[in-house]
Amino acid sequence: MQTVYTDFLVVGAGLAGERAAVEAAEAGFSVVCLSLVPARRSHSSAAQGGMQASLGNSVMGEGDCPDVHFADTVKGSDWGCDQEVARLFADAAPIEMRRLAHWGVPWNRVVPGKSIYYKGGKQYEKVEAKEKEGLIMARSFGGTAKWRTCYTSDGTGHAVMCTMDNRCAEKGVEVHDKTEAIALLQDGETCFGVVARCLRTGELRVYLSKATMIAAGGFGRIYPNTTNAVICDGGAHTMCVNTGVVPMGNMEAVQFHPTGIVPTDILVTEGCRGDGGTLLDVDEKRFMHVYEPEKAELASRDVVSRWMTHHMREGHGVKSPYGEHLWLDIRHLGEEHITGKLREVYEICTSFLGVDPIHQLIPVRPTQHYSMGGVRTNRDGAAYGLKGLFAAGEAACWDMHGFNRLGGNSLAETVVAGGIIGRKVAEYLEGCETEFKTGLINDEVGRQQARIDALISGANGSENVYKVRAAMQEALHKGANIFRTQDGLEKCVAELQEALIRAKKVGLRSNGKGVNPELAAALKLEGQVRLALMVAYGALMRTESRGSHNREDFPARNDRDWLTRTLAYWKKPEDTLPTLEYEPATTVVEIPPGDRGYGHSQIISADDRKE
Amino acid sequence: MSRLLKLNIFRYNPEDELSLPHMQEFVLEETDSMTLFIALNRIREEQDPSLQFDFCCRAGICGSCGMVINGRPGLACHTKTRDLPGEITLLPLPVFKLVGDLSVDTGTWFREMYTKTESWIHTKRIFDPTALEERMDNKDAVAIYELERCVECGCCIAACGTARLREDFLGAASLNRVARFLIDPRDERTEHDYYEIIGNDMGIFGCMGLLACEDVCPKHLPLQNQLGFLRRKMGITSLKRLFRK
Repeated sequence: MQTVYTDFLVVGAGLAGERAAVEAAEAGFSVVCLSLVPARRSHSSAAQGGMQASLGNSVMGEGDCPDVHFADTVKGSDWGCDQEVARLFADAAPIEMRRLAHWGVPWNRVVPGKSIYYKGGKQYEKVEAKEKEGLIMARSFGGTAKWRTCYTSDGTGHAVMCTMDNRCAEKGVEVHDKTEAIALLQDGETCFGVVARCLRTGELRVYLSKATMIAAGGFGRIYPNTTNAVICDGGAHTMCVNTGVVPMGNMEAVQFHPTGIVPTDILVTEGCRGDGGTLLDVDEKRFMHVYEPEKAELASRDVVSRWMTHHMREGHGVKSPYGEHLWLDIRHLGEEHITGKLREVYEICTSFLGVDPIHQLIPVRPTQHYSMGGVRTNRDGAAYGLKGLFAAGEAACWDMHGFNRLGGNSLAETVVAGGIIGRKVAEYLEGCETEFKTGLINDEVGRQQARIDALISGANGSENVYKVRAAMQEALHKGANIFRTQDGLEKCVAELQEALIRAKKVGLRSNGKGVNPELAAALKLEGQVRLALMVAYGALMRTESRGSHNREDFPARNDRDWLTRTLAYWKKPEDTLPTLEYEPATTVVEIPPGDRGYGHSQIISADDRKE
Repeated sequence: MSRLLKLNIFRYNPEDELSLPHMQEFVLEETDSMTLFIALNRIREEQDPSLQFDFCCRAGICGSCGMVINGRPGLACHTKTRDLPGEITLLPLPVFKLVGDLSVDTGTWFREMYTKTESWIHTKRIFDPTALEERMDNKDAVAIYELERCVECGCCIAACGTARLREDFLGAASLNRVARFLIDPRDERTEHDYYEIIGNDMGIFGCMGLLACEDVCPKHLPLQNQLGFLRRKMGITSLKRLFRK
């Protein structure tokens, strides 16, 4: 069997992983990134909108600074974030945008003079300053006080991904694509690499490293309707969960994006609303300004998604064969704007829906979009539980997003966190030595081979992997969606426990030879159900509403009892529920909990006495 | 009554000694708004779980799902079955190494291309974290992004007459990449540097001008213009080099 050694191993080759890889490579370390797909196909490339950084170059961003960005982020998180981390992020973001410009990102730039913009369907005029000409421009995004989102048309993620992958090629970072990590190599204290499966041949391969990073993105595919790419299936998370010692943070914090298209769930960017698009109901009337007079369509995502769902429940949804939806209207922005700055949106609507958004309304509904939760790390990106294991980007719970992240903050997080944590990894690697225990490596490879053999021979049973996966997805969809209740979550947990039993009995229908996609799906299924149980059980136990987590039976945000982060462990393989522990949401408090200025108003303060 | 689609799909698993290259027929009932992404996943989940194909974003953004659809390279995810006849033939992209069935290895090919074209900004400037960013005309940024939209799906390579004839031909995606850096004011490479990379039959002078690359590009990149632009630029550079000698 092939064994590859590298100083730094990154599982994932999206923006966070490659940014960290570049940092370590520039410090002189060898780096290998493993990826299911060629790096540029990573889900980072699908982020259309932009990256938040308080450069304040646009006239609409005048007076912006990291303090304002920090405050927006903390409010957006509904005070669930780690404020020290949010501060690190807000301070470093402007420098990172400039660095990316230096490396080759074609950011849109300030064009001086008069131009027109739309807000809430009304037309306004702005005048960009002559002295700012050619500096990095920004656009408006939900939940922000200023225009702060740096962008490249509506292909920001794609453009930055190209630049980052170019930088990796220049710096000699190796990307082993079509390679899937399936188990961590670890002894309960230190992580020293992974066992991976080659997706060109199906063979197992060992990667040994002094430092290993999980940067494999979110796990939206455990839901049936998600904007996430098919590779965002939580596979890398399951490796960490299966160790029993690495906790997942805030798994119940799942973001639903207001504008997934119906029926294919593809995201159309928040930039549509940022640029003045409006939401309409069955009568083609606006409604967001009724619920949120000030921010209207531009309140944070959790708030907009919630009101959309509420409005549909009140009978104002548009009925369709794929369920109810609402309309997104960008017609008034005009052909030039729609085929220019919003070209990807135009292409998605015409190619996948047969809808022409210049003249027609776009069918949308809230759709699973982002995992705030993930591998819990400290502010240096070091995972809890195992030395030598790091995590960054959406895969991690670093935790600058708390219970809701702002549009444009996750794409910015990938590169900012990748840079900060990449430097910390380089520091860790300085003078670091590891012993590789060959017995342990052989045992782990043997264990993985035995799992594969059992799936092929059907030794454990003959459950159909796709049917069990669908049962897991359906349970989450029904019970752990935008609105949650005790009753719904209890049912959800019970259904997932049943799916867990079935997942242990999966057997392949095909012969399992070579790359075999059925085998790839089967290998991660049990771990995925464990992740789903962490989401559902964490949501059941959290008896409050905060950010994206909305309990109809506990509508208030409860800062007295729940200013905490959930840590979910899967301690023993035979467990049927995760073990939950809690830690304070933040140790540093710059902004004490208060009113967000949008969304719910019921707050149980930390000063309120228990009844 | 919806159509019964007949899909003829290329099958071969190089890792299975019993597998031989052949075409296999699948029958599937068409549903509303069906794309080849939906159709192929249904076949895998309901009929043959060993069927290999590549999808990632399924939104026409990532370029994973290039394949030959009724004789024409294209992205499967944004191909609607209602735009196709009832009989659909799917083959893997040529030129790239076959992984199995409809899945090919584009990653290795494109990574080699980055090295050949040195697909990164060449500059002697050092980043100063305390300084304002270098200014750039927005028009330049827009023009660069226009070429950067390439998703490396490989359709232009698979459809290229020259690439089918000679393995070392760079192809439209690579030449477009060179053009992207050539127009970038941050890249300090001269036309002579670029000539070293593409001023030969493996590069711009190998193009026969058939231009299927532009016809099949799912992102509608202006490949024809880029090929013309580079050919003129490199033609002039080649003359200058003659006179210099």
